[in-house]
Amino acid sequence: MKLPDAEGLCEALARSLKPRIGPRTAMIGIHTGGAWVAERLHAALGIGEPLGLMDVAFYRDDYHAQGLHHDPKRTRIAFDVNGRDLLLVDDVLYTGRTVRAAMNELFDYGRPASIALVVLAERDGRQLPICARHAGVRLEVPAGMRLRLKRDDRGTLALELERAP
Amino acid sequence: MKLLVKGARVVDPASGRDGHGDVAVVAGRIVESMPGKPDRVLDAKGLVVAPGLIDLAARLREPGYEYKATLESEMDAAVAGGVTSLACPPDTDPPLDEPGLVDMLRRRAKALERARVYPVGALTVKLEGRQLTEMAELAEAGCVAFSQADAPVADTEVLWRALQYAATFDFPVWLRAEDPWLAKSGVAHDGEVATRLGLAGIPAFAETVALATLLELVRATGARVHVCRLSSAAGVALLRRARHDGLPVTCDVGVHHVHLSEMDLGFFDAQCRLQPPLRSARDRDALAAGLADGTIDCIVSDHTPVDEDAKLLPFAEAEPGATGLELLLPLALKWGVQAKLTLAQTLARVTSAPARILGVDSGRIAPGAPADLVMFDPQALFRVDARALRSQGKNSPFLGLELAGRVRATVVAGNVVYET
Amino acid sequence: MPRNPQLSANGELQHLLSIEGLPRELLIKILDTAESFAGVTERDIKKVPLLRGKSVFNLFFEGSTRTRTTFEIAAKRLSADVINLNVAASSTAKGESLLDTVANLSAMQADIFVVRHGSSGAPYLVAQHVKPHEHVINAGDGRHAHPTQGLLDLYTIRHYKKDFSGLAVAIVGDVLHSRVARSLIHGLTTLGVPEVRVIGPQTLIPAGAQGLGVRVYHSMREGLKDADVVVMLRLQNERMSGALLPSAQEFNKHYGLTAEKLALARPDAIVMHPGPMNRGVEIDSSVADGPHSVILPQVTFGIAVRMAVMSMVAGGG
Repeated sequence: MKLPDAEGLCEALARSLKPRIGPRTAMIGIHTGGAWVAERLHAALGIGEPLGLMDVAFYRDDYHAQGLHHDPKRTRIAFDVNGRDLLLVDDVLYTGRTVRAAMNELFDYGRPASIALVVLAERDGRQLPICARHAGVRLEVPAGMRLRLKRDDRGTLALELERAP
Repeated sequence: MKLLVKGARVVDPASGRDGHGDVAVVAGRIVESMPGKPDRVLDAKGLVVAPGLIDLAARLREPGYEYKATLESEMDAAVAGGVTSLACPPDTDPPLDEPGLVDMLRRRAKALERARVYPVGALTVKLEGRQLTEMAELAEAGCVAFSQADAPVADTEVLWRALQYAATFDFPVWLRAEDPWLAKSGVAHDGEVATRLGLAGIPAFAETVALATLLELVRATGARVHVCRLSSAAGVALLRRARHDGLPVTCDVGVHHVHLSEMDLGFFDAQCRLQPPLRSARDRDALAAGLADGTIDCIVSDHTPVDEDAKLLPFAEAEPGATGLELLLPLALKWGVQAKLTLAQTLARVTSAPARILGVDSGRIAPGAPADLVMFDPQALFRVDARALRSQGKNSPFLGLELAGRVRATVVAGNVVYET
Repeated sequence: MPRNPQLSANGELQHLLSIEGLPRELLIKILDTAESFAGVTERDIKKVPLLRGKSVFNLFFEGSTRTRTTFEIAAKRLSADVINLNVAASSTAKGESLLDTVANLSAMQADIFVVRHGSSGAPYLVAQHVKPHEHVINAGDGRHAHPTQGLLDLYTIRHYKKDFSGLAVAIVGDVLHSRVARSLIHGLTTLGVPEVRVIGPQTLIPAGAQGLGVRVYHSMREGLKDADVVVMLRLQNERMSGALLPSAQEFNKHYGLTAEKLALARPDAIVMHPGPMNRGVEIDSSVADGPHSVILPQVTFGIAVRMAVMSMVAGGG
């Protein structure tokens, strides 16, 4: 299955987002892949507020089964969330659980005016009523496979398929 | 009763005999050969027959501590372990400082018709280290020696006078060497493990300070002293020099202390809470070597049944002691194998040597000697299992471990008191 | 030797009983996790829902308001329910054994026991007897260990010094009786600190100290030379006069941290103290309140560290 070029998708997303940028807009990227995409978009769109970065480790719904199994990074949101039009950015939208956790965490920071979900790739397999307002690409992933965003040593982003565990 | 033990490997440490043969018993004594037909034959094919074990320290918990163990259960444990004679320390409740108590204990033990019990009387009243007991009266009631068990005699003048008094009557005095102030709040050997685990330590010099004092008093009084439960390399060295100087001292080591060290405490294992404490590996090795070269005369079990609740406590709060009557033989054999001694040499430490210290005629296989025997399989393996132990004390650092040496039958005064 | 009871069969932290025996990677993971929790305490809503619905029982057999309070705050910031048991005043005074007390609480659906006890090893005994889903955190046992204190000390050092590999750390005072010192020493040696020094009179340094991997100094001037971190230990009242020490005054003269003695350490040295301080005994006010002191930040870091520890033991199947 041929996957689209991630860098190209970022550029296309930035173009489609440009009309949405206003004085109340701010962007938050979800670690780790969403943060990479958000860095691209934030720079390309010239948003005034600094980029917020979020780790949803403490809001996941699988803590009791899995524990804190990956290295949590610190959530840093340097602006006031209240009254903002937030662009929440992630790399791959799959079950929707990560976005659910991110929204719960966001609401512990304040009350945004709106949240729009921006993803590089939206795939099949939603388990919650979550949808992306902007998606770089929509695709179906073959059974038993997982869609991942990778970044190489030079910082270039690429989408990859790998065997699901 | 005429009993014939047939086809055994007969090992008699006292004479050095180790060979195939039979042992014939008539009316409670060993005889040269069986006159006529025996009433009972014990088939000892493939087994070792040796003198019954003599244990110089086994707590029977009566009187006073019946909730921990009873005379019945512990006597069962003794013969199941091949122990035919045992000396019990005076730290009962009340302590053995009255002839009436001693007499009652001896009668009860005799009535049970299992192992022979030799009470050790208290050296001072209530073991408080202040006033001498009526040692002559206690000896008449059956005490074979006088001791403080684990209670100190802090006042050196009292200790001196007690030894003088005992020497007057040529009574043996059995004492543990430990300075009470240096050992005061300690629960483990004062070394690396106690430091890591944050346990209050008893330095090795708590033993040598007290031992040096004791040996000086022996020199001054001529008392016959038996030093109980050596625990340190330095202590062994002091004893060696004292023997070389011709002092009338003997000594023993607890069977756990020739196998275990402070490393075995692990994560605060209360089964390893013992008195004296398990010291360093170097100390353990010196004890094992001292036992092998004869500096230390014998091994004792220091059998101390402790109820389960008293061990299910943080280390410092747990009650010290381990059950040992049923493990004395396999643990002694294990030591002997590691020390590369013959079976006769190994068994001497639990038969002829303690017999000599106790001053009894058993502990040997020879015509005329009392018929106290143990029949065992030195190769048979078994796992130390709380449910299989006959003692009410299931407290052992060896629980769950495999040992070799199973008793098949025990004979006391010509009667088969235990068999499987 | 049985398996380290703190770690599950696949090496995950199921209890925190001691820093000793924890692999280096795990220690670093705890510090990193604490780092991410530090952000939580800076927001308006200082809570995350990780331990929502879970019960944390503070089982303190030794009184301590400050440690208990920080555990309580940490648990509440994880959205857990907290129940405080000052056991000294209750059932154990009536003779109930440690394990019976634990069994009773277990019957009340506990998830985490935070245990402080006067006897070394008590939390191990508890950990051996709790149900599989119950976790034990040692809040200090006798003189053996105080792992969360050790961890927050490590976190503090990392915060100010960044790299452990070139440091000289001096621990001063009553090392013999100090669980704080033991835990910190294990942590420092595991993380590869090349020079760990203990400073104190012979009466207050334990026999097996060198076996812990430290250098022993009886002269404070010698021991403080070029130190990057100075950790002062609390001297308890009952030790101050008797067979161990003649007086607090003499102790202060030779082993108390004054500005003058601190000058022997590196110019950018930090001064730490587990608290509560005996001003004028082990540490002078000018130092405790001075620019080198990080004693107050230690307290703040302690909450994030305890949040990290609780969430790491309680998570996972």
